[in-house]
Amino acid sequence: MKCSRRGFLKLSGATGLGLVFGELGFDLEPVAAKVMDFKIKSARIVPTICPYCSCGCGILCYVENGKVINTEGDPDHPINRGSLCSKGSSLYQIANNERRLGKPLYRAPGSSKWETREWDWVMDRIAEKVKQTRDNTFISSQKVKDPQTGGDLEVTVNRTEGIACLGGAALDNEECYLLTKTMRSMGLVYLEHQARI
Amino acid sequence: MTNHYIDLKNTDCALIIGSNAAENHPMSFKWLTKAREERGARIISVDPRFTRTSAKADIYAPIRSGTDIAFIGGMINYILRNRMFNEAYVRKYTNAAFIIDDRYDFKDGIFSGYDSKSRKYSSDTWKYKTDSAGQPLKDETLQHPRTVFQLLKKHYSRYDIDTVCRITGTPKGVYMEIADTYAATGARGKAGTILYAMGATQHTVGSQNIRSYAMLQLLLGNIGVPGGGINALRGEANVQGSTDMALLFHLIPGYLNLPSAAPQYATLASYLETETPKTGYWSNKPKFMVSLLKAFWGPNATKDNEFAYQYLPKIDPQVNYSHISVFEALYEEKIKGMFCFGQNPVVGGPNANKEAKALGNLEWLVCVDLWETETSTFWTEKAGARPADIKTEVFLLPAASSVEKEGTVSNSGRWIQWRWKAIEPVNDAKSDGWIINSLFKRVKKLYENESSPAAAPIKHLLWDYGDSDEPDIDKVAREINGYNVFTGKQVPGFAKLSDDGSTCSGNWVFCGMYPEAGKNLSQRRDNTDEGGLGNCLNWSYSWPANRRILYNRCSADYEGRPWSDDSKLIWWDPAKGDILKGEKGKWVGLDVPDFNAVLAPAEPGGTNPFIMLPETVGGLFTTKMKEGPFPEHYEPWESPVNNSLSGVQLNPVVKVPKTAMNEQGSPDRFPIIGTTYRVSEHWQAGQMTRNLPWLAELFPDMFVEMSESLAKARGIKNGDKVVISCARGEITTYALVTKRFKPLLINGKQVEEVGLPWHFGYQGIATGEIANKLTPHIGDGNTMIPEYKAFLVDVRRAV
Repeated sequence: MKCSRRGFLKLSGATGLGLVFGELGFDLEPVAAKVMDFKIKSARIVPTICPYCSCGCGILCYVENGKVINTEGDPDHPINRGSLCSKGSSLYQIANNERRLGKPLYRAPGSSKWETREWDWVMDRIAEKVKQTRDNTFISSQKVKDPQTGGDLEVTVNRTEGIACLGGAALDNEECYLLTKTMRSMGLVYLEHQARI
Repeated sequence: MTNHYIDLKNTDCALIIGSNAAENHPMSFKWLTKAREERGARIISVDPRFTRTSAKADIYAPIRSGTDIAFIGGMINYILRNRMFNEAYVRKYTNAAFIIDDRYDFKDGIFSGYDSKSRKYSSDTWKYKTDSAGQPLKDETLQHPRTVFQLLKKHYSRYDIDTVCRITGTPKGVYMEIADTYAATGARGKAGTILYAMGATQHTVGSQNIRSYAMLQLLLGNIGVPGGGINALRGEANVQGSTDMALLFHLIPGYLNLPSAAPQYATLASYLETETPKTGYWSNKPKFMVSLLKAFWGPNATKDNEFAYQYLPKIDPQVNYSHISVFEALYEEKIKGMFCFGQNPVVGGPNANKEAKALGNLEWLVCVDLWETETSTFWTEKAGARPADIKTEVFLLPAASSVEKEGTVSNSGRWIQWRWKAIEPVNDAKSDGWIINSLFKRVKKLYENESSPAAAPIKHLLWDYGDSDEPDIDKVAREINGYNVFTGKQVPGFAKLSDDGSTCSGNWVFCGMYPEAGKNLSQRRDNTDEGGLGNCLNWSYSWPANRRILYNRCSADYEGRPWSDDSKLIWWDPAKGDILKGEKGKWVGLDVPDFNAVLAPAEPGGTNPFIMLPETVGGLFTTKMKEGPFPEHYEPWESPVNNSLSGVQLNPVVKVPKTAMNEQGSPDRFPIIGTTYRVSEHWQAGQMTRNLPWLAELFPDMFVEMSESLAKARGIKNGDKVVISCARGEITTYALVTKRFKPLLINGKQVEEVGLPWHFGYQGIATGEIANKLTPHIGDGNTMIPEYKAFLVDVRRAV
């Protein structure tokens, strides 16, 4: 099957299947230079959106053997039409970077160093910390003045002021939603992120 | 943004103020350049520093940081005096004709209703005068002295050009040129756009800065038209989405207010009664709120238990919980545990020394990031701390990058775009979704056998995203859109949401993105641009309802015709209505109408475009702002001069911080204005760029930028190490001496300003001092956004 990149991406977008790129082996002409054609010939192409500023530029990831081997501006994206700034052009180095963290790290009280830990261990411990702090600081109701009667009114408040949660602008919408849902169910009111600052 | 990035190509004039769009939102310039080439558009840059945006602009004006209201107020005055406003638009589409309560007043910087003790206003006098039926009185001739129009004119008559230029430091000639050039967009069929960013919002008067821009746009008829709008260029790939999802203390998803502990919020019924306006589209709020509660607590949210409304936390109305307050509370040891998902406050927070110190009061801190950040390592010797003294237990969880997971992000233009997963997370990293899911499941398990009030909201939360720790993101996306809880069928759009508990929707503004099974519109990739405006209606999905330009009823005149052939967006077509349904016609065109699609222009409400406001017209006068109905100029908390416009120096409603480690500097000791900015090669608090070799090489180190005259006066040469000090501390870095900063003449006095990029810290490859060690803990009167952009410093050579 031969189809243009535009036609192909439309096809996969319409079916909701984004992950089969390259399996149809579409033709990259005439956008890519010959030398790039060779390097990425057998790569799977996955469209993404730049993780930096809010322009929402399209980027194509070229993937081979589970690795991102190249990233470049998506020529079909209506906002950037293939061009990228210095940051967007560097996306490749986020996926290929020896400075990326390895395993979860833990620092004990008073310690001067990190220790490596397994996910199960850190997640269990964090969950216990959350429960302990929450239980110690949870307020289920609060007395407020009722201007109608002049007396006190007991209002259910179900909140904790003992835990804060920051961040979210770098998360996906679905993750932000899960974060809001989780934190509000636990009663957090110190819930803030980059949009405030 | 009311409009979107590609739409910038449709403008006749762009006023860029508080933004360095060319460097920080480069793609905006792709489209502005096109507007200039194809339509002869003019580009105006107003900035304390001659940036690359200024270099690309047709007109550049310097401005002193923190004086936007004076700058814009002067333009409003000029436009009103010279009758350059769009009269037809202003008369019908704004509240200019509304008559205001006789008690409303303004004297020497203060509006009526002020209580100096509490530093708060009562808005009782900021009201429309109404008839016996409660309808606002109007004078569409705009002549009545108590009309909004006449009061506006009176208020800004004090903002004459000489006064304004004395405050802003802008040379009069260039100020006049800008006023004339931008005012030309008030002509019928012409469009002007305002682009702003954090340079505008990060002030004690930040909200009113933006409001002044919006008022200017209303006066010129620039809202709701192609190439127009009020356009916030937001800083992060999904900060629009994270805002929509309400990761802010006072909100829940879809811009609904979180209840507070007050009688009017004691029950769901009283919440809805208090929060729901009688008119405008927000009158549908109960449907959005009940659908949200159903998305949160599912089958456990029933009519009998107020749809689990009581499970939501209620804030204490006496307490502020915003970012600055988080760190003030931490400093006072009130908060015990904290999560940081990709946020790095030790670099990005204001008064960074204080915020770093406050972290040491935590019992536990969980950081989720791709790299070691300054925040996750605040306890190290490298950070200048003594590890043995810091008892905080710290967890640093490796997070997956954007290409290692799937999901959507919302750009500034509200386009919700899907990102497909390219690879598995590197090393042992996990997606944020994995971490949140895994955490919640574990916490829930710990409460399994408890029946306390604290356990119920957790135990009863609807949490059904698959068995693995990686949540089923498609399922989450479907829940955010919403579905019928009985049939499981997706809700096609927010107009179909219900307040009887039959629908759920995790965020009503997203409702319509996933209208039926297998049809996730954020994944659309058809870039066809029907009509040539750049709206690309079949590319991804734009909230609300796939609209690309908000308030677009304004793009047509009273009769429903486009203001000019050149500015066609939507219009009324009498031939398109369904006669069988009794429709008289239909709004059609190149965008989804932001209006009742079958409401004819001649019908009641047919010329009222601002459907989200109770008045359904644009608010030149408002009761919603804490400082008063019109923006008024006040000086920053730290300013080198006295306010020339009134005897009130500082925004009279801001909370004045009298806390430790937050001293206020005076101009005799710190005579220079400091401000912060961004560079193209780095991003935010730096962890996503300072760890990348390519970007570190492009921009390897921190500096302070200053004028040649300041450098000369202090004996500083380009490249010298210098100390920048303020009342709260000092940092040492390199001097960058340029012609891009020039001293400003403020009220006859020469004032210097210096600028510092705020991306640097001690982690990563490119390192440097943290600029935010110099910024204060004081926030905007409405939002508590910190005043990062105007503070006082001094500069000397490092010995």
